[in-house]
Amino acid sequence: MSGIPARADSCHREIVALEQVSYAFGSQQVIENLSFTARERDFVGLIGANGAGKTTLLRMIVGLLKPDRGQIRLFGTPAKSFKDWHLIGYVPQRKQFNPLFPATVREVVLSGLYGRGKLLKRLSKADALRAEDAMDTLHIGELADKRIGALSGGQQQRVFLARALINNPKLLILDEPMVGIDAETQQNFFHLLRHMHQRHNMTFLMVSHDMEMVRSYLGQEPKQVSGKLSFYVRHSHDLEDCVETDLLHTLRKEGT
Amino acid sequence: MTAEFFQRALIGGALIAVTAPLMGLFLVLRRLAMIGDTLSHVSIAGVALGFLINVYPVAVGLAFAIAASFAIEALRRTYRTFAELSIAIIMSGGIALASILFTVGRGYNMNVSSYLFGSIYTLDGTDLIVIAAVTAVVLAAALLLKKELFLLTFEEEAAAVSGLPVRYFNVLISVLAALVISVSIKIVGALLVSALLTIPAACSLALAKSFRQAIALVVIVGEVSVIAGLWIAGIWSQAPGGTIVLVMIAALLLSLAARKIRV
Repeated sequence: MSGIPARADSCHREIVALEQVSYAFGSQQVIENLSFTARERDFVGLIGANGAGKTTLLRMIVGLLKPDRGQIRLFGTPAKSFKDWHLIGYVPQRKQFNPLFPATVREVVLSGLYGRGKLLKRLSKADALRAEDAMDTLHIGELADKRIGALSGGQQQRVFLARALINNPKLLILDEPMVGIDAETQQNFFHLLRHMHQRHNMTFLMVSHDMEMVRSYLGQEPKQVSGKLSFYVRHSHDLEDCVETDLLHTLRKEGT
Repeated sequence: MTAEFFQRALIGGALIAVTAPLMGLFLVLRRLAMIGDTLSHVSIAGVALGFLINVYPVAVGLAFAIAASFAIEALRRTYRTFAELSIAIIMSGGIALASILFTVGRGYNMNVSSYLFGSIYTLDGTDLIVIAAVTAVVLAAALLLKKELFLLTFEEEAAAVSGLPVRYFNVLISVLAALVISVSIKIVGALLVSALLTIPAACSLALAKSFRQAIALVVIVGEVSVIAGLWIAGIWSQAPGGTIVLVMIAALLLSLAARKIRV
């Protein structure tokens, strides 16, 4: 019953599908009858006022909340029976971690690998290399042994992005990644995301406040408006196929 | 110093000095530092009941502590944003129950203060076996699941999104904490268990730069303080529980001073 729907055009595989999804906090209906599909290599920008349910929607997609009604499918599989969480990288909103937590940048980046697949297994040499690659890609290599709490907001954001990328995910979900970061770092960060979208087989789902940035890349008009949520979508079809499938290697080679 | 009771005290103390600070670090990092006090007071009620019904008191205390940790989880879910409420309620419940059971047991040969302030010199062979078993279980869990426990402690939601069974891990941490606390009572007493859980963690947080370091430091501080405390208490015949705690506080002051110098 599950399985990825067979399609001749593999680059249009369904990545996230919402079917008449509803969610309420108590008596307050936040999301009502929302249907939306993100396909492979889409960059979806999700815009909406405060309380429109943007974060709620992302949290439902990653399984932290259950929809009251409706169905969510991930990579063609109903979310309830979805097991391949390593395919999804998630960077939640404003990190609420304790700044005094004793953890180095390297330890946090490596923790992106600690899913079901690694349960009771030791980290391998290859895993350690992936972490180094991910950190180098995001230019935080020299911060590897620093305590995460000692970093600036922009650097921390890069750490969490590196953690999300270490699994080489097919779907990257970002919740307000630009909040609390200075303008220049925002530009760099957005440039990096754009680059990943254009050159790699990755699908993006990003909540953002910054209309300007979103419109400049995703177009002036939303593809879909549902309730208070607007979905801006850009599909990257210029498949300059990456010869290497490993995101981090290619990213580094191209040198952002 | 070579008396058999003192050797048993050293062995029991050395084992507890690994597990209690280790579990304490996880609890402190999850903002559950006060849970130690609660579980130990509930555990005391179990110990009292054990005396009354003539069952190995530490075992009954353990059962009570585990039940209390589940009750705390359940209450915590009801009062989601008031996590400390559940801890306070269960703690007073435990003390209330203990005080009643102690009154009922007045006629029995029950030494209340040995459980409130600890009686490490009265450890017997059975106690040592129980402590060793708990130490083995806690160390096995910590070694096998250290990656997952790190992620869960650092960011519970990320652990959930990675597909880890977060709920089972939470139960595991509660049960391990209950195990450690109920066997620690004999060493430092219910009133001071919390010190064994939190002070080494505080030392470690003051100095550690990484999670690895934090784990190593917490065990070193715990081990050194317990051994030194027992030694000093033995020489000057002081209360061992209290001496251990004072040594740990001295270690904390040293750690804070060391941090000042380094920064």
